Amino acid sequence: MLRTLLSATAILGLALSAPSWSQTVKIAILGPMAFVQGENHWAGAEMARDEINKAGGIQVGGAKRRIELVRVDTNEIQSVPDATNAIERAISRDRADFLIGGFRSEAVLAMQEVAMDAKKLFLGAGAAHSKLGLNVEQNYERYKYWFRVTPTKDVDLARTVFAVLGTVAGQIRTNLKRETPKVAIVAEKAVWTEALVAAAQKNLPAMKMEVVGTWQPSAVATDVTAELSAIKRANADIVFTLLSGPVGIVLGRQMGELQLPAVAFGINVEGQKDEFWQATAGKGNYVSTLDTFSEVEMTPNTIAFVKAFKERYKRAPTYNAATYDAIKILKSAIEQAGTLDADKLIPVIEKMEHVGVAGTDTWDKRHDLVWAIGKTAGIAVQWQDGKKVPFWPPQVKGMQPFKMPASK
Amino acid sequence: MFQDILITGLVNGGVYALLAIGFSLIFGVARIVNIAHTAFYMLAAYALYALAVKGGVPLAAAIPLSVIAVVAISLLCYKLVIEPVRRHDAAVLIATIALGLVFQETLLISFGGHYLGVPAIADGFASVLGVRVSYQRLVVLAAVALVLAATWLLLNRTRLGLAIRAAANDLEVANLMGINVERVAMLTVAFSAALAAVAGAAVAPVFVVDPFMWLPPLVTMLAIVVLGGLGSLKGSLIGAFIIGFVEAITVFAVPSGAYLKGAVALTIMVVVLLIRPEGLYGVAFEEER
Repeated sequence: MLRTLLSATAILGLALSAPSWSQTVKIAILGPMAFVQGENHWAGAEMARDEINKAGGIQVGGAKRRIELVRVDTNEIQSVPDATNAIERAISRDRADFLIGGFRSEAVLAMQEVAMDAKKLFLGAGAAHSKLGLNVEQNYERYKYWFRVTPTKDVDLARTVFAVLGTVAGQIRTNLKRETPKVAIVAEKAVWTEALVAAAQKNLPAMKMEVVGTWQPSAVATDVTAELSAIKRANADIVFTLLSGPVGIVLGRQMGELQLPAVAFGINVEGQKDEFWQATAGKGNYVSTLDTFSEVEMTPNTIAFVKAFKERYKRAPTYNAATYDAIKILKSAIEQAGTLDADKLIPVIEKMEHVGVAGTDTWDKRHDLVWAIGKTAGIAVQWQDGKKVPFWPPQVKGMQPFKMPASK
Repeated sequence: MFQDILITGLVNGGVYALLAIGFSLIFGVARIVNIAHTAFYMLAAYALYALAVKGGVPLAAAIPLSVIAVVAISLLCYKLVIEPVRRHDAAVLIATIALGLVFQETLLISFGGHYLGVPAIADGFASVLGVRVSYQRLVVLAAVALVLAATWLLLNRTRLGLAIRAAANDLEVANLMGINVERVAMLTVAFSAALAAVAGAAVAPVFVVDPFMWLPPLVTMLAIVVLGGLGSLKGSLIGAFIIGFVEAITVFAVPSGAYLKGAVALTIMVVVLLIRPEGLYGVAFEEER
């Protein structure tokens, strides 16, 4: 009898001491789930959810609430209307409290409108278009629910890419004793590259580099051998890439196959993925690109996150996995404000400095990340014998040397 | 620059020819506008990836296995999808578009939207007139020659070829002469799919394998067969090289307009349709049976 009574008391005690899970914080993760971008959105969010729930959940006022994720396939790579339908569904049917994700700028701009109509806090984790932040500046009352968590806006991406290009050109000057390195610009024909191409054509001569030509293949081109033949004729030292589509793989592979005596650096979104090496059949050596995650000390949290991610998913994270940071930012804001009310969370995030895993984030009046090397500007990596090796910014602990092809 | 255009145009034209010949054959013989032709080429590329990269099967075995698998699928598709609507051209067109989309979505679900690579049969490059050409592209050129020879032999040196040509010439008379025209059409589809599969296996190591890889070559291939003349194998071959050279000239003459390669090919198609609707070697529409 006594044993039964003690057992009942113990069970009751446990029940009372356990956090109440009756209510959750529902977060919709928006991304093209059949693609690498969506997979990383989801994986980063899962890691944050599991970590927070394991530690007891989010303190909302006097109660602990666990995180519930809703996986929302936006299919935005194929269809912008699919994306707006998906976010509508997340808001109206799934009744998500918060929205995180997005990748393709055209789709995110459309999804932003839906989220703002519903006055839902929307943390972007993929699109770079400036207009997303400009909307906040021009019509704060409507667009204040938007914050950009990754990447920096397109103009700031350009600042980063030119900073790294300066480092690469410096190495060519030293190694080849060539005072004015020759640069071939290879940019896919897309809206996002227009300003960057114009800036490159204008800035590179000022940076003591000679632009030998600008080639603009389609983002889905399956062959760039004609372009590469022309680049070889022009004796380019650097192939400056602005590529987001599969043409980035084609370029890397064909440069390797033809052993083009030049290094490729710039933005090559496909080059950021672990799958790049396999997709180029091992020919993508020396291809380098801007990136976000590597086992380097961008913040005190970066290395542990990247290692845990690799262990769990058997691959390295891409920048979309910064959904992890987005959820941590939300948690921090909710716990400070003690509410889920978006209007009360906005001023908290605006004043926040968040030391995440991708960088150290603060926001400007456009709710864009404040650009700073070593904080939000990201890193640059180079493919070296099947491994993605980080080489920039050099002051960050863990960076390794940039390598040149043997023929250079 | 001249030699760059010459070599690049020749090699790229070879890649296009490999695709266009099979499409042209099935149209010229069976009068089936098979929009899913490049989807069979995509299936072969995926089969090769699954066998050679995922399964560890040696390329020498993986290539014939991929071709056999694609031919089997094409026969199934013919029986289930094409044959029931074969007498209605528009229905065949729509059915084959649907087939292509079904393959695309199936691969998207099975393999995800990842870009995949298949190892080359031969690594390295040769220098031709000072222009670097990868060995794999030379393999593609060799495959074009083989495919052409095989097609010529089949059509001109076998009883099946005779039946195919008879059916192409006059379906009703061929039927009255005792030729099983349905069977001939089915075998033509299988042979055409085999050509697409060979193209997929040869070209997969040159291109990137993804669930949408069937669409860009489809547009170029349509431009080629219209330029060469619908159903004309010789026309397809010449059309493929013309498009290959035009694309190379576009890239070298207007580097910042390299993305216009496809548009230039389509423009040529439209101009040909306006000036010479039957193409270079095709049968004039009004003369068709």
